[in-house]
Amino acid sequence: MTSTLETAERDGGVALTLSGRLDSAGVGPIWRRATGAAAKAGDRKLAVELEKVTVCDTAGAALLLAIEAAHRGPTRFEGAHEAVRSLLENVRQAVGHEAKQATARGQQADAPNVLRDALRATGNGIAYLGEAAVAFVSLPARAKMFRLRDLLRYMDQAGFSALPLTVLLGFLIGLILAFQSLVPMRRFGADLYVANLVSIALLRELGPLLAAVVLSGRTGSAFAAEIGTMKVNEEIDALVTMGLDPMTMLVLPRMAAAMLVMPGLAIVMDLAGLGGMSIVMMSFGFPFITIANQVQYASTTGDLFGGLFKSVWFGAAIAAVACRAGLATGMGPRAVGLSATAAVVGGIVITIVIDGMFAVLFNQAGM
Amino acid sequence: MSEPPANRPAVVRARDVAQRFGPRTIFEHVSFDVAAGEIFVILGGSGSGKSTLLKLLIGLRPPSAGEIEINGRRITGVDGAAGLTAARREFGVMFQSGALFGSMTLLENITLPLEMFTTMPAPAREAVARVKLDLVGLADAAGLMPAEISGGMAKRAAIARALALDPPLLFLDEPSAGLDPITSAGLDRLILELRDTLGATFVVVTHELASILAIADRCLMLDVTKRGVIAEGDPRRLRDESTDPTVRAFFRREAL
Repeated sequence: MTSTLETAERDGGVALTLSGRLDSAGVGPIWRRATGAAAKAGDRKLAVELEKVTVCDTAGAALLLAIEAAHRGPTRFEGAHEAVRSLLENVRQAVGHEAKQATARGQQADAPNVLRDALRATGNGIAYLGEAAVAFVSLPARAKMFRLRDLLRYMDQAGFSALPLTVLLGFLIGLILAFQSLVPMRRFGADLYVANLVSIALLRELGPLLAAVVLSGRTGSAFAAEIGTMKVNEEIDALVTMGLDPMTMLVLPRMAAAMLVMPGLAIVMDLAGLGGMSIVMMSFGFPFITIANQVQYASTTGDLFGGLFKSVWFGAAIAAVACRAGLATGMGPRAVGLSATAAVVGGIVITIVIDGMFAVLFNQAGM
Repeated sequence: MSEPPANRPAVVRARDVAQRFGPRTIFEHVSFDVAAGEIFVILGGSGSGKSTLLKLLIGLRPPSAGEIEINGRRITGVDGAAGLTAARREFGVMFQSGALFGSMTLLENITLPLEMFTTMPAPAREAVARVKLDLVGLADAAGLMPAEISGGMAKRAAIARALALDPPLLFLDEPSAGLDPITSAGLDRLILELRDTLGATFVVVTHELASILAIADRCLMLDVTKRGVIAEGDPRRLRDESTDPTVRAFFRREAL
């Protein structure tokens, strides 16, 4: 038998008769009715009849306290068995004790303040850039903390391990771009110029940009998760108390690795894309030598090196954003996941922002 | 405030230290001295701020108010940074979780500070690190990764790492928390042995009663409701003579 609730008017007051099992299964069906009836009783007397309650656990006690809290006037519990009465007293004391402790600690819920949070985040970001700059300048004095072995490991993680994915993505992008543009261009008899279009798009924009997306997704998230886990495990605190600088030991090698591998990834992306384009064009009847000739004619070394130059800065920005996300990791199991997400999103956003800035710069420089 | 044993210089001095988080005061007016060669225990219930106090002592966060000195050097205030940098060479810290570097073996964890701050060649670093592992009874585990060892081993390895540069002062955060009584007693014995063999000073944060009575020369008790120090002195005397209800309840394992 589960719980039942009967409400009756008695002696100018209200009587609630509870019966059956007041446990976690039993309180659910009657909770709203019981507290509602208690609230409705207003200033009148409220008697809660507990004689027919067979089982009462802490969920039941919580219901009784909720009834008491919902009622404005005095509440009387009648006919409770000894066990129920003592449980109710224990729970009541624990709740009161916790409330007292909470006041003792002076806990106050801070109202959310978007402006203050945004200002603080901006301030932290600027402070982080400053710290990175200081770490870079004082690198000669802290050369020991910049471990070559770590640098090589990060280069392997960010560069060589990313090669298969880079080749696949580049090849597919070249293939798709060429195929999508060949059909409409053929109508105008300009299908040979697909080689110009794809090679310039790849070398100047898409190669570095897609390499940055690969770096951000694969390596940025890994950097943030690694550093975030170190933060949660107090490893960063341990470094600091040893007198070691986390910026020099953890952030600079990762930034250097990303800057070193990015031109390589961008070139691989470019070449794979050109390969994909060549296959489509060859399937449409162009000989390979014609395509190669057209690419050479269309694109300049300026296009290539402009793209590679950009990719170095993409790498630096992605690694910096990822490490920052890692170092800003909060506490608890969700924190590392949030940092990894922040690293990927932040990395892609900053890449596109920097790309836009370079577009303006290159345009001003007449490149 | 009770004075440290006479004739011994204070290694750690705290004066009127307070910590607040926004409107919330964790503790205030905390003052104490730790004498050289002493095992000084900071104790208190959960939330009383003992780990926070330790973070202030090792310079991981600045106190809201007050001054802290380590070996006579001020590590707080606007000009505390230089003192803190110098002081960090003179103390080792064992964190509650061990905080071993997860990407390195136990041996590499201990050779890291030697590599960074000494000119020892690699074989010498390794030999010294192995001695430290021997001291904490982990000679066989040198090649293991932190993820492969138990919680008790991680704490012992963390003590070995804190000892790497033979600092005269060690801070231990909850060395026996979450350990079985036998391992916990082993750690207590290790701390006493290290004090006797190396002459080091220990500042230990713990709430393990058995451990406090076994190792502490003096202790400082923090309380969450009083927001500060409620007792200081020899823990055995506090247990037998204190009239403060919280101190009595703590040492007699009673509910308040």
